[in-house]
Amino acid sequence: MSELEAVIGLEIHTQLKTRTKMFCGCELSFGEPPNTRTCPVCLGLPGALPVANARAIHFALMIGLALGCEVAPRSIFHRKNYFYPDLPKGYQISQYDEPICSGGELAGVRLHRVHLEEDAAKLIHVGESGRIHGSQRSVVDFNRGGTPLVEIVTEPELRSPGHAREWLTLLRATLRSLGVSDVNMEEGSLRADANVSLRPVGTSVLGTKTELKNMNSFRFIERGIAAEIERQRQIIESGGAVEQETLHFDPSSGRLSSLRSKEEAEDYRYFPEPDLIPIATTDEMVSAARADIGELPLDRAKRFEADLGLNADGARNLAFRGELGDYFERVLGSTGAEHAVAVANWIGQLVARIGDADPADTNVTPQAFGALVMLVGSRAVSGAAAREVLDVLVAEGGDPQAIIDARGLGSLSRKDGDLATIVARAIAADPSASERVRAGNDKAIGALVGAVMRETRGRADGAEVTRLIHEQLAT
Amino acid sequence: MMDLVELTAAQAAAAIGRGDLAARELFDFYRDRAAADELNAFTWVAQESPEAGDGPLGGVPLAVKDLFCTAGVPSQSGSRILEGYRPPYTATVVERLARAGAPLLAKTNQDEFAMGSSTENSGFGPTLNPWDRTRVPGGSSGGSAAAVAAGLAPWAIGTDTGGSIRQPAALCGIVGLKPTYGAVSRYGMIAFASSLDQAGPLTRDVSDAALLLMQMVGARDPRDATSLDYPGSVSLPARTDLHGIRLGVPTELSSDGIEPGVLGAFAASLELARQLGASVETCQLPHAAHALAAYYVLAPAEASSNLARFDGVRYGLRAQDATDLLDMYTRTRHDGFGAEVKRRIMLGTYALSSGYYEAYYGRAQRVRTLIARDFAATFEHFDFVVTPTAPGVAFELGAKTADPYAMYLNDICTVPASLAGIPAISIPNGMAAPPGGGKSLPVGLQLIGPAFSEDRLLSAAFALEQALGFDGRAARR
Repeated sequence: MSELEAVIGLEIHTQLKTRTKMFCGCELSFGEPPNTRTCPVCLGLPGALPVANARAIHFALMIGLALGCEVAPRSIFHRKNYFYPDLPKGYQISQYDEPICSGGELAGVRLHRVHLEEDAAKLIHVGESGRIHGSQRSVVDFNRGGTPLVEIVTEPELRSPGHAREWLTLLRATLRSLGVSDVNMEEGSLRADANVSLRPVGTSVLGTKTELKNMNSFRFIERGIAAEIERQRQIIESGGAVEQETLHFDPSSGRLSSLRSKEEAEDYRYFPEPDLIPIATTDEMVSAARADIGELPLDRAKRFEADLGLNADGARNLAFRGELGDYFERVLGSTGAEHAVAVANWIGQLVARIGDADPADTNVTPQAFGALVMLVGSRAVSGAAAREVLDVLVAEGGDPQAIIDARGLGSLSRKDGDLATIVARAIAADPSASERVRAGNDKAIGALVGAVMRETRGRADGAEVTRLIHEQLAT
Repeated sequence: MMDLVELTAAQAAAAIGRGDLAARELFDFYRDRAAADELNAFTWVAQESPEAGDGPLGGVPLAVKDLFCTAGVPSQSGSRILEGYRPPYTATVVERLARAGAPLLAKTNQDEFAMGSSTENSGFGPTLNPWDRTRVPGGSSGGSAAAVAAGLAPWAIGTDTGGSIRQPAALCGIVGLKPTYGAVSRYGMIAFASSLDQAGPLTRDVSDAALLLMQMVGARDPRDATSLDYPGSVSLPARTDLHGIRLGVPTELSSDGIEPGVLGAFAASLELARQLGASVETCQLPHAAHALAAYYVLAPAEASSNLARFDGVRYGLRAQDATDLLDMYTRTRHDGFGAEVKRRIMLGTYALSSGYYEAYYGRAQRVRTLIARDFAATFEHFDFVVTPTAPGVAFELGAKTADPYAMYLNDICTVPASLAGIPAISIPNGMAAPPGGGKSLPVGLQLIGPAFSEDRLLSAAFALEQALGFDGRAARR
């Protein structure tokens, strides 16, 4: 059997951070008591009518333009009909065959479309099942209902779980840079579904696809897609056929379970929403949207590379996580751009300590961080000691110099008689290494430097130690 | 002593304005008449006189079709699924009219969700025709029409989707006007078919219709995206001749399937129009023959979606003891909806189904476009199109309930203007005997004009009305 390759498409929903909902004047909800951000329109009361939110249209245009889409001069809303308690009208107002934007491309992955719709309300199930079936009781909170959503659909052009994750990271950064969404997966302001199919390498026909629903972190997306590829591979390699279905990935067990099969798929009976007029996108609207687009992550990465001397990976790591890029630039504000490479390297150290958190939300102020990098640069503190200082900054915050002073983490230098003494002790303690260095074997110096570093708990400057060793052995 | 029931709304408003009549006295007079209603025209009658408005409508109270949302007052759209439902807000048009001086007197009976032509589909029992209580008042705004004809309310508003203002107005011998689509806000009207629904007046005469319409149109409602700033204005009609007016009579809507008595009255009125100075020629609406078929795809399709919100989750009826969610939905809708509503939900759901959409909904939309073009072409040569409003006089209760198609044919003359979104008015056109013989009943004449031609339409209708001299007093006794 020929080798199989994965074909992956993504469907991303992003909540827009407009002031009000998609079709009514209710303010968006951020954890308010249930059903306090509602009105006749978003509750679907009889007789209430939707009116499209101009700001949401503006944001959708910004997204479409940032992704290189073609903007439709006229687009319309459709009704997507199905019954569910989180859908108060019995239909979702969405866009169907005349979306506001189509086409486009981001980092080599082409886009199918970008469209506007409204979010559903939130169902809370009481009882053990955690689902509507088998729950003792289900209650609905309509605060979220009607929140503006933009749906972004890619062509099936992603080739691996890692590629999907990486691309999604860039998309998230792009949306974030536009300021149109909080793009927080855990909080649901960014949600992704994946379509996955396999085909023999070298063919172009698409295999039967399955849809993975609502994975709520980048890690789960990568793992979920990987699990689904593996599941399909086993089916195909054992001579079976993949069935079209919608799947749920459970990150705790790593298992995929079927939500519904093709036979159970709903007929949504789409038809043009008669309560709304078409969106006529004028040149003025497009210009206004374009004017509100700032620097996009891909451009930012290029700038970091060209103007600040970062390598390609380093530039992307900062630019594709916009909050890191922002922090980076704030730190440069205090250090000066000439320290960009060092700052970028040290942000790597920071990320290792804070994970996915936004550094702006941590105890480490950009000023403190910049000061630490400068102290390393001036050899006032060694790399190892600086890492210890960073631990303290992350845990408690504060000023790096004060931490160094309080904990005695400052570099030991030639001026400190102590360092010469410690070097002398190391030479005395290892005559064989000393002899080999004296005989011209430079590799042997490592043992002596190591001994000094252990003794000083890393506070000594490595180059200084090397010079001192050579100096003392030469006499 | 004034005979209050014989005052038109305009006359009553004038009397209040002169100080000859207290608004409260008029309100109480009609409140008492409405409370003693024997026609089942109302679903709710106000107990308290609201504060008299001093707007241009003078404090003359208004009967409002059940499907308009009125805050704190039952608004059930004639359906058991909304029995006792009191909305938290008031429809824009009801609010505007109250502010203009027409306080809410009562809510009127209607076919369930405005689906019907006889008001027999109401979940709260049929309304009777004041001219003959064994007969229907037409529908779906039958309660409003019967109330105005019987003098139980000075005037009323209803809604028209395929003829639901004009046909009951014709069957009850009053005036009913369906405005241009978008002229009146739909906010707060419990929807039947969103792209067709339009509110309008049901009144004793053309002047009252003009007076009420003036306050219904105006600045667009920011809460209804399909509403429009009304271009031009509506004035009180005064013209009594039709000189220079070109009337087109579509052969397609003035012959087949129309009762001889109705045709006779129609022909007589055309002759009268000529005498008033109008030219009367035949015109063609070649696609009108398909109007009813297209309408019965489009309206049910929209209705099937509009009525999905009645699911028992948030308001109205909820079936008890359901075993699970689907069972709750099914039993709520089974118990709450009447047969005609279920029939149209099924029709509409089918028409929108995957694989059938193009053949039904898509094709019906194209027919709709063609009908609008037919009218546009006709209005290049004619000022108005004239037809009988309904193909017959009021029929007996139960006569058509077993045959939905026979019932649907009531709308054959009114549906084309609905699909085209253009205004049309029905005025009393004398009386005619029903086909089987018996006492004569009201007949309606319909005038259809181009979009936003309401002012001219009312003017022409007024001239005809003056010449026809219809006497509706018998229904008010």
